[in-house]
Amino acid sequence: MDYLHQFVFGIYPYIALAIFILGSLVRFEREQYSWKSESSQLLHRGSLRVGNILFHLGIIGLFFGHAVGLLTPVAVWDALGVAHSFKQVFAMTAGGIMGGLCLIGVLMLLHRRFSSDRLAANTTWRDKLVLLWILATLLLGLSTIVVSSQHLDGHEMVLLMTWAQHVITFRGDADQFIVAASPIFKLHLFMGMSLFLIFPFTRLVHVWSGFGAVTYLGRAWQLVRPRG
Amino acid sequence: MKIRAQIGMVLNLDKCIGCHTCSVTCKNVWTSRDGIEYAWFNNVETKPGIGYPKEWENQDKWQGGWVRRSDGKLEPRQGGRLKILANIFANPNLPSIDEYYEPFTYDYEHLQNAPEMITPPTARPVSVLTGKKMDKIEWGPNWEDDLGGEFSKRAKDALFDGIQKEMYSAFENTFMMYLPRLCEHCLNPACVASCPSGSIYKREDDGIVLIDQDKCRGWRMCVSGCPYKKIYYNWTTGKAEKCIFCYPRIEAGQPTVCSETCVGRIRYLGVLLYDADKIEAAASVEDPKSLYEAQLGVFLDPNAPDIIAEAKKQGIPEAWITAAQKSPVYKMAMEWKVAFPLHPEYRTLPMVWYIPPLSPIQSALENGLIGENGIIPDVKDLRIPIKYLANLLTAGKEEPVVHALETMVAMRRYMRSKSVDKVVNPATLKGTHLSGAQVEEMYQVMAIANYEDRFVIPSSHKEMVENTFDDKASCGFSFGNGCSGGTSDSSLFGKKKASPIVFHDMRRDRKANAGG
Repeated sequence: MDYLHQFVFGIYPYIALAIFILGSLVRFEREQYSWKSESSQLLHRGSLRVGNILFHLGIIGLFFGHAVGLLTPVAVWDALGVAHSFKQVFAMTAGGIMGGLCLIGVLMLLHRRFSSDRLAANTTWRDKLVLLWILATLLLGLSTIVVSSQHLDGHEMVLLMTWAQHVITFRGDADQFIVAASPIFKLHLFMGMSLFLIFPFTRLVHVWSGFGAVTYLGRAWQLVRPRG
Repeated sequence: MKIRAQIGMVLNLDKCIGCHTCSVTCKNVWTSRDGIEYAWFNNVETKPGIGYPKEWENQDKWQGGWVRRSDGKLEPRQGGRLKILANIFANPNLPSIDEYYEPFTYDYEHLQNAPEMITPPTARPVSVLTGKKMDKIEWGPNWEDDLGGEFSKRAKDALFDGIQKEMYSAFENTFMMYLPRLCEHCLNPACVASCPSGSIYKREDDGIVLIDQDKCRGWRMCVSGCPYKKIYYNWTTGKAEKCIFCYPRIEAGQPTVCSETCVGRIRYLGVLLYDADKIEAAASVEDPKSLYEAQLGVFLDPNAPDIIAEAKKQGIPEAWITAAQKSPVYKMAMEWKVAFPLHPEYRTLPMVWYIPPLSPIQSALENGLIGENGIIPDVKDLRIPIKYLANLLTAGKEEPVVHALETMVAMRRYMRSKSVDKVVNPATLKGTHLSGAQVEEMYQVMAIANYEDRFVIPSSHKEMVENTFDDKASCGFSFGNGCSGGTSDSSLFGKKKASPIVFHDMRRDRKANAGG
């Protein structure tokens, strides 16, 4: 059990991150024709507009919430005078709202995808995997709110933050901080890390381009390419 | 002054017989592939009609093209950059595939395999989207061909704007014309401006607008941005595709497939020189009715010595300047003023131009409805309302269209006098701005329409930018991923999607064919 814990929370994060980064690079370099958002809007609109906007709003909120919440050093929060307990309640609330939006969105998208003949005929197993994987990760993430609400002192949250920060700063002891964490948290972490693992092999690569598209805001309207 | 050259096209609607040869040859060459089978880079519409996709000219509905803001600046009608990005998750202005048509084939196999039955077997339609049988085909790319369907439905045509259209529902007042359409390869393309990934671009040397298939991310903003709805989303590859103006042929000095195969010889290709610095101002003039003239102001006279000198200085090849001087497109648009841009009010400065159809007027002329002095007496006597043509070609301004039609009538009058009466009668040219010599050239180009008069295409100068030695034994044209596109079934990053049904065992045999 100790070995499994050490592997999943001490070593697996690096495997997932390495495959995420290298896989994305290789796909961008070698198979860019396959790099796209895979929109199915043309074939069937259904509840796409409401569902997809809710989903993306939620998941982008969750992404940045996790990034800021997990990776900002504890010392910074202390210096800012943010109490651990307050930060935990804030994270639970914000995460709950964003997760709720995302959940409604993903359910609408799943319903749309599985209720249309056209989409059923044109959905790959990779598309299904992504949607269902996100749903499972999301449900686990929302369940952690229940777990968290039983101890509001912010202690477990700080341990999770420390784990994440030790992982990305390549200190070998990250897994030890969350030995005692609730299994719900552990499952959520595993599913979340695995999302990065499957990322380069699915339509998820469009996330890179979505962030890249922000450069459009500063671009000239017209593009002219010279020869050569 | 920034001088650029573009190969423009003119379509002489006066001679179009609506045979769809252009559409079919184009489809056979470019769009007989999975996911793009519903798309017609070139299609021919019967007007009046709502067209393909449905009501594409109704920009209140589809939000294509540009709008001029109150501060005089242009932005895409579908929104500024921030709004376009905000709509990236679900584009509210994207036509669904049903607005084009649900692509279908027929269950031909059943005709051969059906058991003995009392009634003969039928080949039922099969949806390409689902692979399932369809109860009924509801719409097609050419549903309104030769005024098919009811007037009440066709009358949603946006060109009826400002016209009392009810009277044209009566059989004896009805009129029709054909409108072949392709990408306009605009000077101010709204698709380029709408693309968040910057994958669409205009080629500097010949003005062809292309989509970089590797850089396209499938955000679909170009589809709604283009007011002509000439960008299509390939639903198997997830990339946008459009008319490529047959650039491999153009580069080699050959006409596009649609032009080459046009049996009516209505299509013309030629070089136009233009001043790129004037584009923005020309597209932003306040009054839409001035946009046609504003666009004429962007083009440069290839015979003016100062323009020739400046063009050479800016690196326009000699052959291209010579071609611009002989360009049928320049002559029709600039000298004779008989060709017009399609919907200048979209502010895209389109580069595929149209000569309005004359034949219905001529038959009115033969019936004594039009005075022989060449002045068209009353617009309401014309079979096709001038207003209708003006809504198509000059943002509703009637004078240029009337003048063009008068010029075309004058040409017939002049040539008739010359060949029947053997008299060169300058009086027949009344009402036009042209000389006898110009009219004879116009006759040569527009009526005789020899191949070399229709297509004046300088081959591109690859040697200036490429080392052909490096191209030796390379793969040529392929779909992404360098030479690996096509035969490999899958990679680590997924399989190439295919449509649910197999056309005539083509895909099944692809491997065998490739191994062939």
